[in-house]
Parts: sequence; structure tokens; C-alpha cells
Amino acid sequence: MSFITRGFSGRSHERDERLPPGQTLVHDFPVLSAGPTPEIDTAEWEFSITTETGGVHSWNWQQFMALPIDEVDTDIHCVTHWSKLGTSWRGISLDTLFENVETQYDYVMAHSYGGYTTNLALDDLLDGKAWIAFEFDGEPLDPEHGGPARLLVPHLYFWKSAKWVRGLVMMGEDEPGFWEQNGYHLHGDPWKEERYW
Amino acid sequence: MSDASTATATTATSEPARALAAVPRAGWHVATVAATRRETANAARLELEVDGWPGNAAGQHLDLRLTAPDGYTATRSYSIASSGSGTRVVLAVDRLPDGEVSPFLVNEVRVGDRLEVHGPLGAFFVWRPVDHGALRSAGDGAGGAASALRARPVQLIAGGSGIVPLFAMATAHAEARDLTPFRMLYSVRTPDDLFFAEELMALAATSDDFRLDLVYTRRTPDGWPNPAGRVTREALEGAVLPATERPIVYVCGSTGFVERVASWLIELGHDARDIRTERFGGI
Repeated sequence: MSFITRGFSGRSHERDERLPPGQTLVHDFPVLSAGPTPEIDTAEWEFSITTETGGVHSWNWQQFMALPIDEVDTDIHCVTHWSKLGTSWRGISLDTLFENVETQYDYVMAHSYGGYTTNLALDDLLDGKAWIAFEFDGEPLDPEHGGPARLLVPHLYFWKSAKWVRGLVMMGEDEPGFWEQNGYHLHGDPWKEERYW
Repeated sequence: MSDASTATATTATSEPARALAAVPRAGWHVATVAATRRETANAARLELEVDGWPGNAAGQHLDLRLTAPDGYTATRSYSIASSGSGTRVVLAVDRLPDGEVSPFLVNEVRVGDRLEVHGPLGAFFVWRPVDHGALRSAGDGAGGAASALRARPVQLIAGGSGIVPLFAMATAHAEARDLTPFRMLYSVRTPDDLFFAEELMALAATSDDFRLDLVYTRRTPDGWPNPAGRVTREALEGAVLPATERPIVYVCGSTGFVERVASWLIELGHDARDIRTERFGGI
């Protein structure tokens, strides 16, 4: 139903092919959060994966930092229409974290310090597609951006990259997390504009 | 570009069934500009007549899409200053210095122009009037049910153009003759930068349940009791409902403003779960 807006020409029509539809390139780093930024001390930080048998795999900060670290250069896309290109991160691959995890379940609920949740398919987390990131642009990740550690799933809209992540819980069925219950899409592919449902 | 309305329709079968029962479904709509006016030297108020708009709750937002003759599009999110079941939707848009869409909306748009909007969006940063009929009948029967239903007081905290969704809440509160205590703290640069100045003054003057506190960061009106300056922790403590009253607090403004205010609210004893935030801009 798109139609031309009278009088609008826009700024630059050289569309960067790395930008998904409806996105605008930004150079700062906007913040989308539903509440206050929690303060999390790495001395008390813990990350866990919980399976259907009740099995829990967990790491404290020290154990976590001893895992092999990936350097990740990637574009990120927020549902609120901004994208950043060529961002650089360091983090632990979900492939590493799932190495000894046995599960028959196909879905995951990510839980964050502060109580927020977001749902993901396990397929969207494995095979080099997702990390728990603790460094952005060569610096420890700022609390506003999810520090000390956030999920990084750059091929999906960035609300899926849960800030202040503390654990993943395996699910048999796909269930909406906090953001999804409040109107965001269950999957969130920016190239298909899966913003809202 | 791909048509997002198609994407929305094809994914309808996977929608989370238990969520959002009370929220109208979002979709693309044609909005016709019904009125424009200068809000401040730097901002405009746009009144839109939106064909098929399902109504919206106070605090929700929409996406607005502009299309150039060569097919280039630009989409931005804007908070809605109005609420209710009608098809009139009010926006107030601040012109960003390097903006692409906001200068067009503030300077170019005329009555009769058509714009594409998608919404209403968001189900968390919203406020709905309390159903006092239900409250009273519950009170007749069981005291426990009445206290469970009793409305929490509301503290609104706005920085600059962050006033827009909070103005929608304050207006919805007044129009519903809702008895929930409302208090608003609004930080602006100068008296000339106030959005909805007349409406807010009228609300503050006529409603016993609405109190307005203003902070001027650059220049105050003549005779103002406080010097110009940013909201401080002390000023915040003096101007917001105390944590002991368990208010729901809505904070909207720039990322820096919201981060400062929200962290002070935690220090002042407010529960993080009672603080809802909406931020704009980067850091």
C-alpha cells in the first residue's frame, strides 16, 4: 500500500545493502530497556543452562572467562529502526557452552538479571550464530548495553540479544518471553521485518 | 522494501495466544494530516485522522513511514500524545538537528498530506484508567479483593520531548475522572520548550489528583524559586511520590536522563519492577 509522501525526498538514496528494510544507519548506540539498568557484580555473576531433566550447567565469571573466546565482527539491527554496521565484540560461542548439554528440546527461554525474558529457537543459537558477549569495541560491555554479559544473536532483531543474561532454560514449545508478550515478534528476523505480531 | 503488513498477516497464526488480549492489533494505516501547529520553536504538533485506527492506550507508540518518489523510505517510531477508541491520533515531534524525518514532519507537512503509520505498538509502557465501578463492588463484598484492586499511585517523569507518552497518560487520567493520585515531574530547557504547556497548566489547576512539578535546566521563568539546572537526586527526592507509597513510575527521555533518574529512584528505595522506562538517543 506504499505511496509517495508529498514533499519528501530523504537524505541519501544510496541504500547500503547491509541495511535490512525499514532500518536507518546510526553511529551512536541507542538503548532499548523496559526498566532501570541493573548493577551486576562479576563476583556474583553466574550463567547457567537448564535442561528438561533438571540438569544445570553453570559457570561463574572466572570459569566463564577461561573458555575459548571468539572475536565477532557483525552488524546489529534494533526493532526501533536503527542499525549499526561493523560492530566488534568478544564473547563465548553458544556452541562452546552447549558442548556437553544434552537436550531433546528445540526452544530456549533466555532469562536476565532484572527478570526479563526472551524466547529463541535453539537453531538460532548454534552453529556460530550466537555468543554470550562481554566486550564491545575493545571495552568491557557497559551496563546500559547489557554488561557484564549479554546474549549476542546478531542475525535477529537486537531485543533477542538479551542484556544482563543469567541463564537459558530449554523449552519443549516456543513460548513468548517478556518482549514478545508486549508486542514483539516471536522470531524477529530483520530481513523479513518480523518486528511485531 | 518488503511489505511489513504482509509479514504481519502471515505470522498471525503463531501469535502468542495468552498475551495482549486487551490491546488492539497493530497494522498499517493511512493517516491524513487534519491539523498542524507549532508546539515549541523546535517542535510541531500533528493531528492525524487515521483510517481504520483501532484506538490506542495511553503510552503506546507508532511507526511512521515516509516514501520518496524514487521509492526510498524512512521509518521512525513516535510516541502518541493521545489515547482512546477514536481514529484521531496526536503526535508531537521534536526536530532533531541532523534528523531526516523529524525536520520534514516539523517544517514540511501540511493539512491534507497523507502519511503511512503502523500501530498501535507497545504493551508495557502504558497506563489505563482504573475501573472504579469494579473497585467499589469488590469493596462491598470482600476487603481483600478491594485492596488487591486498589490503584497504585502514578509518578510520571519526563525529560524534554519524553513528555509525549506521559502527557497521554495524564490526559487519559483526567478524562476518565480517575481518582488515582498522579504526579508529574517535567524537565525542560527553558519555558519556551514546554510541550502541551496550556494543557498541562489546565490539568494542574483543575485536578486535585494531578500535581505538576517543573524543572528548567537552562533558563527559568522570571521569579522562579529555583535556579536553572539539571534534575538532581535531591530535587528528584523532593518532587516524586515516595517509595513508601509504592507508585508505578514511568520515566521517558534521553538515554542519559533516564539512566540517571532510574538509578536514583532505585537508591531512593523504589523497586526496579515498579519503574518503567522509555529512552531515546544513543550514548
